[in-house]
Amino acid sequence: MHSSSGILRGTGLIIGGFFALFSTLVQSGSAVTPGSKAAGMDACVAPTGEIRRNHMDYLKHDRIKVVQQGVRDVKHSLAECIACHAEPDAVKGGYQPVNGAGQFCNGCHQYVAVSLTCFQCHSKTPETGGPGDDIPTTGNAHEGLKSTSDQRIEPGERGGPLMEELAQLHELSREE
Amino acid sequence: MTGNNKQPKEIQRREFISKTILAAGTALAAPGILLTVANAKSESEGASSNVRWGMLVDSNKCVENCTACVDACNEENGINLLQRPSGQDDGMWNAQRPQWIRKVKLQDRQTGEITNLPLMCQHCESPPCVDVCPTGASFKRADGIVMVDRHICIGCRYCMMACPYKARSFLHQNVAEQRVHTPRGKGCVESCNLCVHRIDAGATTTACQDACNKDGHQAILFGDLKDPDSELSQMLRQKSSGQIRADLELNTGVRYTSL
Repeated sequence: MHSSSGILRGTGLIIGGFFALFSTLVQSGSAVTPGSKAAGMDACVAPTGEIRRNHMDYLKHDRIKVVQQGVRDVKHSLAECIACHAEPDAVKGGYQPVNGAGQFCNGCHQYVAVSLTCFQCHSKTPETGGPGDDIPTTGNAHEGLKSTSDQRIEPGERGGPLMEELAQLHELSREE
Repeated sequence: MTGNNKQPKEIQRREFISKTILAAGTALAAPGILLTVANAKSESEGASSNVRWGMLVDSNKCVENCTACVDACNEENGINLLQRPSGQDDGMWNAQRPQWIRKVKLQDRQTGEITNLPLMCQHCESPPCVDVCPTGASFKRADGIVMVDRHICIGCRYCMMACPYKARSFLHQNVAEQRVHTPRGKGCVESCNLCVHRIDAGATTTACQDACNKDGHQAILFGDLKDPDSELSQMLRQKSSGQIRADLELNTGVRYTSL
C-alpha cells in the first residue's frame, strides 16, 4: 500500500513538473499580430498554452451551444477570436483576414499543415460599422483581462509562430 | 453497557434524519436558486420553449413592387455580398442565388383580385424540412425558430424538396465575404431564421419588419405567439388570419391576414 501510493505521488510530481515545463515553454513566444486588440492584452480567455492545445475543441463545443441552444454568452467564440486577433490593414483600412499569409491563424496552421476550414463560411475579419454591428459581445469572456503596456509586442519583434518553439512543442507531444 | 451503546446510536439516528432533511431541502431549493441566476442574463439563457417566435403579415398593407423587406433581409444577412459567378447568365443567377424572403403576387382567377405578400420560411411547428434531414442539420430551436446548423449540413437538399413554401436556398458557389453573424459557404442550405442573431441579442423586431415600418407600410409584425399579452397575440385575436397551405397541418409560425 505504502509503496504504491509513493509511486503514484512520484508519478503525479513528474506529470505536474512536465506540465509546468510545458506551459513555460509554450508561453515563451507569441503569434499575436501587432496592432491587434490581443497585442495589448495580458492573456487570452485561458492561458496561451491551453488555448493553443485545445482551441479547436473549445470552439467545437461552444458552437453547439450557440447554434442549437441559442446560448450566445459563451466563453469561446470564433467571432471573438477574430475581433481580438485581426490586424488592422494600414494600407486599405479595415482589417486583414486572419487566415491571410503571416496572420494570426495562418501562421501556425500553415506550419503544421492543418487546413483552416472555418473561413469557408465564417467571416475572416471583424465587422466594422454597418447596421449589423451590434454583435452580442460577451461580457464575461474577457473578464479580468487588462491592457498592459509592458506586454505589448513591438512590430519588429514578431515573426509569426516561432519555429523553435513549435519544434519543441512537437517533441514534447511525441514524448507524451 | 447497553445504556451506553444506546445513546450514541440514538444520536446517530437523529443526526442522520436531520442531515437527510437538510439534504432534501437543499436539493429542492437548488434548482430554484440556479434558475434565478440563469434568468438574470438573457444571453446565457439560450432559446426557451416558453416563447414561440412568429409573425403576422397583413397582405392588404403589402404594396406591389415594394421590395423594402427583401432588400433589408439581403443586407442584414449578407446576401447582397454574394458575387455572381463569372459567365453565369441572369436566369441561372436569379434562380440559384439565396433568397430568404420573396415577394409573391397572387391573383384570384375568378374575381381578378390581386394580393401581394412576402413569403419566407413559415417556421412550422412540425417542419417537413426537419423530418427529412438525414443529419439533424435542419432543426427547430426551443423557441420555434426553424434553421440550419451549417456545421452538420451535408448539402443533400432534401429539405428544399420537402418545404412546401420554397423557402430554402442552396449555396452553389464559394463565398468570399460574409457578415460576422451570418456565416455562409458553398454546399449548405439556408433560409430565414427570423434574424436569430438579433433576437438572441435582445431585439424585438426583425430586419424586414423594421424596413416595412420605415417605409410606412407596417405589414409585418414579429412577436411571441405564446405570450397572450404580446402585440402579435392581440392582433391574432382581433383579426381573422390564416396559414398558407393550412391543409398540410404544419401549424406555421408565420400567419397572414387578408389572404
